[in-house]
Amino acid sequence: MIAFDNVAYSYGGGELLSEISLRLTPGSFHFLTGPSGSGKSTFLKLCYAELLPTAGSVTIFDREVRSLGRDEVARMRRRVGVVHQDCQFLDHLPLAANVTLPLAVTGRETNAQDLADLMAWVGLGQLADALPPALSGGERQRAAVARAIITSPDVLLADEPTGNLDWEMSLRLLKLLVELNRMGTTILVATHDLNLIRNAKQQVAARVLRISNRRIQLAGADL
Amino acid sequence: MTLRELLSEIATPDRQADRVVPPSGHTAWLTGFTAGTMAFLAVFALALSLAAGRLADRWGEALERTATIRISAPEEQMELQTRAVLDLLATTPGVASARALTDAEEHALLEPWFGSDLPLDTLPIPRLIELQEEGEGYDAQGLRQRLAAEAPGAVLDDHLRWRQPLAIAASRLRLLGGVSILLILASTAAMITLAAHASLAANAKVIGVLRLVGARDIYIARAFVRRFTLRALTGAAVGTGAGLLAVALLPSADAAGGFLTGLGFQGAGWLLPLLLPPVAAVTAFLATRAAAFRKLKELT
Repeated sequence: MIAFDNVAYSYGGGELLSEISLRLTPGSFHFLTGPSGSGKSTFLKLCYAELLPTAGSVTIFDREVRSLGRDEVARMRRRVGVVHQDCQFLDHLPLAANVTLPLAVTGRETNAQDLADLMAWVGLGQLADALPPALSGGERQRAAVARAIITSPDVLLADEPTGNLDWEMSLRLLKLLVELNRMGTTILVATHDLNLIRNAKQQVAARVLRISNRRIQLAGADL
Repeated sequence: MTLRELLSEIATPDRQADRVVPPSGHTAWLTGFTAGTMAFLAVFALALSLAAGRLADRWGEALERTATIRISAPEEQMELQTRAVLDLLATTPGVASARALTDAEEHALLEPWFGSDLPLDTLPIPRLIELQEEGEGYDAQGLRQRLAAEAPGAVLDDHLRWRQPLAIAASRLRLLGGVSILLILASTAAMITLAAHASLAANAKVIGVLRLVGARDIYIARAFVRRFTLRALTGAAVGTGAGLLAVALLPSADAAGGFLTGLGFQGAGWLLPLLLPPVAAVTAFLATRAAAFRKLKELT
C-alpha cells in the first residue's frame, strides 16, 4: 500500500531521514515513535506526498510519488486520511463544514445523519456550528479525526492524535482506530504516548517503528 | 475551454467551493473598483472611437465626390472664363454637374473671416465653381490641362489635400480609441491578476488545507476565479452605467456642432457599451484562472 525503498530526506543541508525501507501492507497497524525532531512528521508527510524524498523512492497505492501529476496526488490523498498535529482547519467555516470538507471537494453530498452520528461519536455533537478558533485543543483534535475518517480512507495517518486529549478520550480514539483497522483500514500513528501503544497492543497486532539516528527500526518487546 | 464551459463555470454557483475561500476585503474592493473605473474609461474610449468613425465618414462623404474650380481673372474676363469653364465641364466625362456659386453664397463663405460689414463687392474675389463627380470620376490631370488652355485663370481644387489629412486624422483617432480599449482591458487584466495573486498568497493556509483533503487545483482555482469574475462583472456594470450616464449628459450635437459636441453614441451605438461588463468578466475570468494555476504551482 505504501512502500519506502532506501528513502532519504534532506532539509537545509542536513539529512533528516536516511536509508528507510519499509512496507505498510494493507490492513496493518503501525505506531511510529521517536524523540521530538527525529522526523516523525516528515515521515508521515512522505507517506501522502506532502514532501518528496530526496533519494530513494516512495510508492503509494502502487504509484511512485514522483510520477504522480498534480491531480493524481489529489486523488491519492482522497484515499488517505490525515490527522495533523496542528489540525489545520478553515477557521471561517463551522466545524461541520470543516469535517465534511473531504466530501465537498469531491462533489459528494453529506448524509446529515451520518455526520451527526460521527460528530456525536467524537463528542462534538453540540459543536457542529462552532468555529474552530472557539474550540479547545482536544476538541480540535477530535474534529480532525472526524474529518480524516469521514471518507472511509484506505489509510489513516495520524500525527500525535492524542496530544491534546485526556486519557479517556485517547482510549476512545484508540478504540476507533482499532475498529477502523479491523474494517481493513491501514493505520499509522506517530505518537510519544507509550501507554497508548501498550494499550493498543492488547487489542490489535500493532507493530511499533522507532526513528533513531535518522533511520527507522522495529521497536523491541520493551514496549 | 469552450465558451459554453466558461459561461457554465461563471454562472453555476458551487456554494461549497465559494465558501472555502474566506471573504477578503481589500482584494474585493480593488477588483470591483478597477473594473468599474476601467469600464467607465472604456465607455469614453468607445465613444471617441465611434465619433471619430462618424467624422471620418462624414468628411469623406462630403468631400470625396466634389471639387472646386477657382477662377481668378480681371473683372472684364471673369464672366467669359466662367462660361468657358462651365462649358468645358459640361463635356467632361465623370462630371455630373457644375455650377458657379452666386455672389451671396461667396459672401456667406467669407463672412466668418471678414465679418458682415466689409465691402466685399469692392474686393477682387475669385469666382468659385462647384462640381459634382459621377461614376469613376473625372481625370484631374486632363481637366487641369484643358482648363489651362481654355481658362488660364482657373485652378482645380479636388479637395485631396484637405481630405487626406482629415481622413487620416479621423482614422487615427478611431484607431486610438480602439487601442485605448485594448490597453484598458490589458490594465484590467493586470490589476485583477495582481489582486488574485495577493488573494491566493494570503490564503496559502486555506489552499494547504484543501490540498490536504484531496482538492484538485481546478476546485481551488474555481473558488477564486468565480469570485473575481463576479466582482469584475459587477464593478464593470456600475462603471459602464456611470460612463453611459456621463456621455448622455454631454451637450447634444446640433447643426453647428463641431467634433466635441458629436462625442457620444447614436442609435444602436448605445448598445455597444453594454458589451463592456461581459468582456470585463471574461477578462477577469481568464486573468484569474491563469494567475490561480500559476500560483498554485508555486505553492506546491
